[in-house]
Amino acid sequence: MAEQNPTPAADAARVPTVIADDVHIVYRVYGGNTGRGSATAALNRLVRRQPSAGVREVHAVKGVSFTAYRGEAIGLIGSNGSGKSTLLKAIAGLLPTERGKVYTDGQPSLLGVNAAMMNDLTGEKNVMLGGLAMGMSREQIRERYQDIVDFSGINEKGDFITLPMRTYSSGMAARLRFSIAAAKDHDVLMIDEALATGDRSFQKRSEARIRELRKQAGTVFLVSHNNRSIRDTCDRVLWLEHGQLLMDGPTEEVVRAYEKETAR
Amino acid sequence: MSTVSETTHGSAVAMSAPPSPDDGLPAAELARKYGLAVSGARPSLPDYARQLWARRHFIVAFSRAKMTAQYSQAKLGQVWQVATPLLNAGVYLLIFGVLMQQSKGMGIATYIPFLVTGVFVFTFTQSSAMAGVRSIAGNLGLVRALHFPRAALPISFAMQQLQQLLLSMCVLFVFLIGFGHMPGPSWALIVPILALQFLFNTGLAMILARAGSKTPDLAQLLPFITRTWMYASGVMYNMVEALEKTHAPKWVIDVVGANPAAVYIDLMRWSLIEDHSRIHLPPHVWLLAVGWAVLVGAGGFVYFWKAEEQYGRG
Repeated sequence: MAEQNPTPAADAARVPTVIADDVHIVYRVYGGNTGRGSATAALNRLVRRQPSAGVREVHAVKGVSFTAYRGEAIGLIGSNGSGKSTLLKAIAGLLPTERGKVYTDGQPSLLGVNAAMMNDLTGEKNVMLGGLAMGMSREQIRERYQDIVDFSGINEKGDFITLPMRTYSSGMAARLRFSIAAAKDHDVLMIDEALATGDRSFQKRSEARIRELRKQAGTVFLVSHNNRSIRDTCDRVLWLEHGQLLMDGPTEEVVRAYEKETAR
Repeated sequence: MSTVSETTHGSAVAMSAPPSPDDGLPAAELARKYGLAVSGARPSLPDYARQLWARRHFIVAFSRAKMTAQYSQAKLGQVWQVATPLLNAGVYLLIFGVLMQQSKGMGIATYIPFLVTGVFVFTFTQSSAMAGVRSIAGNLGLVRALHFPRAALPISFAMQQLQQLLLSMCVLFVFLIGFGHMPGPSWALIVPILALQFLFNTGLAMILARAGSKTPDLAQLLPFITRTWMYASGVMYNMVEALEKTHAPKWVIDVVGANPAAVYIDLMRWSLIEDHSRIHLPPHVWLLAVGWAVLVGAGGFVYFWKAEEQYGRG
């Protein structure tokens, strides 16, 4: 089951694609104060010149450093809220770092077009919009349109692609999102929990697609709570806990330590 | 294995130590050696403009999708895109034309088109400002998920308002012709006026988008600012005439008349309504119209770009 994917090419010439150098990320949350939420309390704070009372800082990633090389598939594991998704967003350049720097080769893309999609539009229009949002040209999208629809399997149970997305089941919507995102070739590809969705046959298809993308892409990052899919697709694993890098090493070693820790 | 790991669980942080000549090289030098760039760094202004141009299809598709999605839950659907401005104009016709019979001394046949033009043109700027202030703060999910020049969002929202205005203009034409203002050659001026106003609105939307992403409270404050602006721009009455009656100093009249909303409203009225005697164009009106568009359009773009790498932080 735990078939390792050694990457002989990477040993010959280890070309770094992503370098994280002491990355710190801080979220600032407004209105997250624990004080009284009434208007008089807010006014009181204003008068007393304590504007910071309404802002809470969440130090999500605390000093993570690693170097990823071409041809690697890297899994990120850790409990909920350990900073995995935040770290991916910083690598993609979507979240600014508080301290430290992320160096990348080309533009890393986060596999997640869900935010660009609109539930009131048809699946068809969402394919176009999602593709354009990822930076594909209209010709490229038209070329791959049929592949995207076929891969998602949306039309297996009737002509659903011409219906608004709000009529889709959550599984169907997730499958279409993944299909759109996976239609583009990426230099550095990051996948956040994408494999958790869809039925068994779709999961099989998407795992195959990720292996394909990995061949084209320089480096693949995968966030998942499913240790089996981590074992199947990754050859190196980073274990994050409380925003810190707890362990970095070969999949089997790290996942086993993680399982031992979580089993307790 | 590609990675040699010396890990003993419990010793907090583990290190991956690849045996290679790059060992021990500081991250910044390693990055330079392999030509890696800092992720999320702000591109230069020409590069930024180029990236934005490359996403032009996305900008158009996004604004049209927003437009379509707007009324998709309603039974009449897209009919509302025309019905909303029609009802808007109908309300003014009912109140000022039928109930109050108030024509501010210019005759009802002139006053209703005068009023409706003012309302539609001002609404174009007002709703661009309102959409702009929320364009980053209200789309954080999108900003945090995908990489694109962020200016695409305020531009896209301004473009959505332009599409709405074009539909409103069709309603306006019906009203104009209905009140006996036949199309003349001066109607062709609508095109440059709208182009300039759109440029101004886009710049305004970008300025407010940056301000609104830092201070979300601005979205609560903005309606009061735009309402004040509306009364100062003479949307419902002839501002210059009203000020002259109160014997306001000349420079006040000039300043009020030179505000961008008033300039675009007056230009639009001047080119659409034949009875020019009622419309006071401030001196150098075209210069003002172009000046505001270029100043706010270009200034807004640069101002927005300056904070490009900071959008997306909560």
